[in-house]
Amino acid sequence: MSGHDHHDHDHHEHGLHDHGDGKGAVHPHPRQPDTEDSPFNDRMVMAEAVGELMIEKGIFSADDLRAMLELIESKSPADGAKMVARAWVDPGFRKRMLDDVLAAATELGIDAGSIPIRAVENTNRVHNVIVCTLCSCYPRLLIGLPPDWYKSRAYRSRAVREPRKVLAEFGTAVPDDIEVRVHDSTADLRYMVIPRRPAGTDGWDEQRLASLVSRDSMIGVAFAKPPAR
Amino acid sequence: MSLRRHHDMGGLAAGPVEAAEHDYAPWEKRVDAIVRLLSHPSRRHLCVDELRRGIEELGPGVYDELSYYERWISSATNILLEKGVITVDELGRKMAAIEIRWRNDRNAPP
Repeated sequence: MSGHDHHDHDHHEHGLHDHGDGKGAVHPHPRQPDTEDSPFNDRMVMAEAVGELMIEKGIFSADDLRAMLELIESKSPADGAKMVARAWVDPGFRKRMLDDVLAAATELGIDAGSIPIRAVENTNRVHNVIVCTLCSCYPRLLIGLPPDWYKSRAYRSRAVREPRKVLAEFGTAVPDDIEVRVHDSTADLRYMVIPRRPAGTDGWDEQRLASLVSRDSMIGVAFAKPPAR
Repeated sequence: MSLRRHHDMGGLAAGPVEAAEHDYAPWEKRVDAIVRLLSHPSRRHLCVDELRRGIEELGPGVYDELSYYERWISSATNILLEKGVITVDELGRKMAAIEIRWRNDRNAPP
């Protein structure tokens, strides 16, 4: 079954359209003019419906769903930042993190899941940036759900072709003598960036250092924040 | 001579990156949770590769028209239908019931 890009079919109750092959793909309508004012659309209804059907069929329970939502809510860039700060102060940890992010996360009590993540480290010679050109692969268990722009056509298309220009659009100017390396993530291997430790942070403790590690710095479109003066 | 599919956009020309982001709505997190639960090793009703195949099969028109989690729920639903985990009829009836419920309660929707 190839792509269905024709949506000129007739109005249809519930916005569902069966392609008539028995089990076939269902395509909700594009939004109808008369429902534009509605506070919800077909896909929101579909999300509610599929969840309820899964619970009714015992595929997962309402508690499973609640617990998963809580897990998703609990993930934020704070976990990744904690790891970066530890890597800045502890060379042994830094090395273990570069070898195996998932194992290093476990050391800090962070569950980074089972899909491999590779840490790439910024230095005075290399600046790393991550993207997923094909979809939206992202180290979400370490830094939360990806921002919209990470999934945008513009970022996915251009980050691999003209990364310096894209970085400049984020206000990040990488000096010409520093190589920019772009890592294209896949479903089987994700990346996270270890930004450079900002100058003027000697003697800082990990917690204070972690406050300088933004989400964007772990994607590579920004540097870690400089210490406030 | 390349035969790219629409999702394979690395290296193509495109406009400036707009630093847009929004807080995910409850229904979007719900989609994320449903997909993660279905792909959990204890269930395996859906794996990430199937989800992506389903998204790519939406075709270029629908792909661009839908938002991110709209693509996810469309793909996941199609795969559940394909596998016979749910039927078109069941889904249609459930969606109709939810729509009525939500229309009758302006405060209910996500």
